[in-house]
Amino acid sequence: MIFPRRQRRSFDHGIHPPEAKDDTRGLPIRQFPFAPVMIIPLLQHMGRPALPLVREGQEVARGQCIAEPDGFMSVAMHAPASGVIQRIGLVPTINGKMVPGIYLKPFPGSSQEVGEGAPCDLALATPENIISAIQQAGIVGLGGAAFPTHVKLKIPDDRQIDTLIINGVECEPYLTTDHRVMLEQQPDIFMGIRYLIRVTGAQRAIIGIEANKLDVAQSLRDHLPAGEPVTVEVAEVKYPQGAEKMLITALLDREVPSGGLPSDVGVVVVNVATTAEIGRLLPAGRGIQERVITIGGPGIRKKGNYRIPIGTPLRFALEYAGMADNVSRVFLGGPMMGQALPSLDIPITKGTSGFIAFTENETAADPLEYPCIHCGYCVDACPLFLNPSQLGLLAKSGRYDAMVQDYHLMDCFECGSCAYVCPAHIPLVQRFRGAKTMVRKQQAAS
Amino acid sequence: MTARRDTLQIHTSPHIASGASVDTIMRNVVWALLPVAAFSVYSFGLAALFTLLAATASCVLTEHLMCRFAARPTTVKDWSVTITGLLYGLTLPPALPLWMVVVGGMIGVAMAKFMFGGLGYNAFNPALVSRAFLQAAFPAAMTTWTPAMLPDRFTSVPASVFTFPFAAPVYDGASGATPLSLMKFDGQVTATGDLLLGLTSGSTGETCAVLILVGGIYLAARRMLNWRIPAAIFATVALLSSLFHVIDPEAYPPAGFMLFSGGLMLGAVFMATDMVASPITALGSVIYGILIGVLITVIRLWGGMPEGVMYAILLANAVSPHIDHLVQPRVYGTGRG
Repeated sequence: MIFPRRQRRSFDHGIHPPEAKDDTRGLPIRQFPFAPVMIIPLLQHMGRPALPLVREGQEVARGQCIAEPDGFMSVAMHAPASGVIQRIGLVPTINGKMVPGIYLKPFPGSSQEVGEGAPCDLALATPENIISAIQQAGIVGLGGAAFPTHVKLKIPDDRQIDTLIINGVECEPYLTTDHRVMLEQQPDIFMGIRYLIRVTGAQRAIIGIEANKLDVAQSLRDHLPAGEPVTVEVAEVKYPQGAEKMLITALLDREVPSGGLPSDVGVVVVNVATTAEIGRLLPAGRGIQERVITIGGPGIRKKGNYRIPIGTPLRFALEYAGMADNVSRVFLGGPMMGQALPSLDIPITKGTSGFIAFTENETAADPLEYPCIHCGYCVDACPLFLNPSQLGLLAKSGRYDAMVQDYHLMDCFECGSCAYVCPAHIPLVQRFRGAKTMVRKQQAAS
Repeated sequence: MTARRDTLQIHTSPHIASGASVDTIMRNVVWALLPVAAFSVYSFGLAALFTLLAATASCVLTEHLMCRFAARPTTVKDWSVTITGLLYGLTLPPALPLWMVVVGGMIGVAMAKFMFGGLGYNAFNPALVSRAFLQAAFPAAMTTWTPAMLPDRFTSVPASVFTFPFAAPVYDGASGATPLSLMKFDGQVTATGDLLLGLTSGSTGETCAVLILVGGIYLAARRMLNWRIPAAIFATVALLSSLFHVIDPEAYPPAGFMLFSGGLMLGAVFMATDMVASPITALGSVIYGILIGVLITVIRLWGGMPEGVMYAILLANAVSPHIDHLVQPRVYGTGRG
């Protein structure tokens, strides 16, 4: 065997939910059609909304920059289709908030060709040039967090990066976008790695994937560019290995300090689809105007991986992909960390990695909640070695100070492992989210 | 499109669950106890059967009625009180008057479980509180033992079983001494083989070490029992008693006898591991197990009573939250070299 089991590494704790990837992992990426109207929020990332460069009634070309970044914590937006700007105003988002956005009506007959911009030449570019190009290309973390990639690549002066990790783990059940991107966009990935190595000054790059994608590992290894410091490492299948901290521990046996960043241990982690976009867009001077998502789950008829224009309304996406009659819950992202949708009138954004529909079969009435019986399953599951049982009890009695000071509440990144294993069916993640919101409010008030 | 938009569920992540459930765990503990209970009936006959039935029924009914009076949905469906009742019955002398069994069960469930807030909030193992109450209230009846494997055990019941409430029980026929009291008061060591197979006198369910271990291994394999606790207890008792046995073999029994006699097996496997009343962290449960092991050895070797498992566990229950507080797991990203 090419990847012997004993060589596989991982982090401690974690869980093994059913992978549910078989339906879509073998399906090539297909182009998704344009919706009659696109909804483009100007805040699809963490940070400040972009500032519109267009006016209502203006005609725009596909790929044209339609909004510029407002400061460093912001990225540009590009037209997902050639069409006319219908309206600039507020658009709905998944968490119920309205944010500034643009409604775009694509031209039905347009060839939808994308023009080239000013390329970022790898041979000449300085790290600052590349960071600026990534910001202008509107690139954010495509794994789901939607953190502006150029901000992550701005390494503090007192930090040295030795290793760049390309995150191809994709540990969320149902999602297979990274799987397909790693099979179909290898030249883009390798090109993206060259830019990223230049920016970070890393000596080597590791593409980290899990043992449920051995076809990918083999294919990547076969095509690794000669003479470049890039390797492919296979880790044991375990959730949440795709989390930055977990992947760093799995591959390098380093621990990111509590409250710190990967750069504190000399590492930068970039999602593999983000890397591919960097490699695809920067040489052509283009911006991100579409992304690959998995549309799947038992409630979807035409399951698959689609290259879908940013701003496609979910209602249109569902109509195209076909929905079963007994769909009861749809969410964006994977089933472990994805957000359930309050309505279908919100768009696909840059951070949307998946669109999953569950039917009544998967969402039986919420099981009865029991009191915590201290079984310890959550303690054995938490990848950060927190004590979710105790945190849950403290949250129930509103003791937020103790949660933060004695039990490291703010380290929790809501992977959901504790709630997944809890036999008492306590909504632990929900309680922790509520507690964090309260803590942030108190901090803001004082 | 037939999307029933008005019926979409809003639910926070995660949207999938492992399927583990409290009632499944509790039911499996009951299954693991059934062979032990069956052997106790085989060994002590009708007396044990009546004791187990009265213990389980009194505990379950008490919880059901208290929920009723508190105008809450009944909690007997989570099966935890069935474990309490069955375990409690297994710790009693087979010929104990049934009215005492019922009173003890009511007190344990009402005072040690329900008044603390029910499942999840009991500081002490309710079955042991029931037994501790009886030990204090009826010391004589709680230390009168029936020999195992009596020929007429399936046809007649000791007269003491049906004693009228508050009357002094009358014991007819033979009474047996437990291996621990033989050791304590007569200096006799019972053969380990007899202890393993349960051919001795003792509480209804404590005699057959093999079946208790089988049940424990089943639960541990299904991750429904924290194996660290019994392992720490066994290791501590074995180590300490071997040490003293080497120093003075006349006065102190060997480790095998200590491990397989009395309530140690039943207590270590099924009582000390009560999830609610034991620590949640790995290190915490080892400390808790060691503490129980030390207490058992000390009480047995130098205490006034032949047996110390019950008090050892109850004392450790009392400090369990403090152990948990002291030995929190090392959080990721803090203090690794």
